[in-house]
Amino acid sequence: MHATVCDIIADLVQNSVEAGASLVELIVQTEPDKMNITVADNGKGMDEATLAKSMDPFYSEAGKHDHRRVGLGLPLLMQTVEASGGKADIRSEPGKGTTVEFNFDTRNIDMPPFGDLSDTALVLMASRGEHELILRRTTPADAYTVRRSELIATLGDLETSGNLILARQYMRSQEQNLIQ
Amino acid sequence: MAKLTLDDLRKLREEKQKLLEKRDPSNKDAQIIVGMGTCGIAAGAKDTFNAIIDELDARGITHVLVRQTGCMGSCHSEPTVEVVTPDMPSVIYGKVDSGTGKRIVDEHIVNKHMIDNHICDKPSMDIVSEPGK
Repeated sequence: MHATVCDIIADLVQNSVEAGASLVELIVQTEPDKMNITVADNGKGMDEATLAKSMDPFYSEAGKHDHRRVGLGLPLLMQTVEASGGKADIRSEPGKGTTVEFNFDTRNIDMPPFGDLSDTALVLMASRGEHELILRRTTPADAYTVRRSELIATLGDLETSGNLILARQYMRSQEQNLIQ
Repeated sequence: MAKLTLDDLRKLREEKQKLLEKRDPSNKDAQIIVGMGTCGIAAGAKDTFNAIIDELDARGITHVLVRQTGCMGSCHSEPTVEVVTPDMPSVIYGKVDSGTGKRIVDEHIVNKHMIDNHICDKPSMDIVSEPGK
């Protein structure tokens, strides 16, 4: 099982990028006793049979890793959600994309720690590709939105160390502002 | 810390850019590539990534490329980090926790010697790209 909710998020967003999405939307919504997370992409999607197989930890997409026979991303999500009284819903359509939606009861003692969203978002924003990634974060107090394209337009790139440091400072200032 | 706007971020970058011009541009072609597959994430690759950036920041090194890749096939030794510098052999380090991530910056990038006990593999020639490409 992944150690934090943010690890699950990182895994799912990478799935979307690997599915060839040009747009990935990550919504992280905190309510008083609940957390809702959505990862929606316009990637290649899955048909019903593939979607069912993707829940099997011993299924992985042919060709991704020649000799590997495991695919743990979605099974780890299902396991975590089941163990902590949450719900997960995955919708997918070939050629249109995939939406993974899940929630947690934050009062449940088995809910994994949340993790560090701004550091996770930095890693995701900085991962390679031409895709757009939009992070929409809301709490009862406030909200913010960060777009990958905006960060790249502002900083030039998201791979030189100097720019990564600034991007992280930016992400952290958004998140800290919500908590205060 | 006040909430930054994109304009603030742009200004910070311009300030940093001015400092950069005065600095020695060594390490310009160095690349640190962190494996960020499911296996890497589960083993703490995000912490490693952030620790590497912290150390580069602490040392004022702004030119190194810090990139990510998927699973490099060494799930048993995650987090794995590949380091490519022009004047040293390319290497994949294994079991790179935050502390070892900092050592990659201090010892491999700055002092130019490799880190004992973490050398895991050499990069496969079919996936490695030349620095700067």
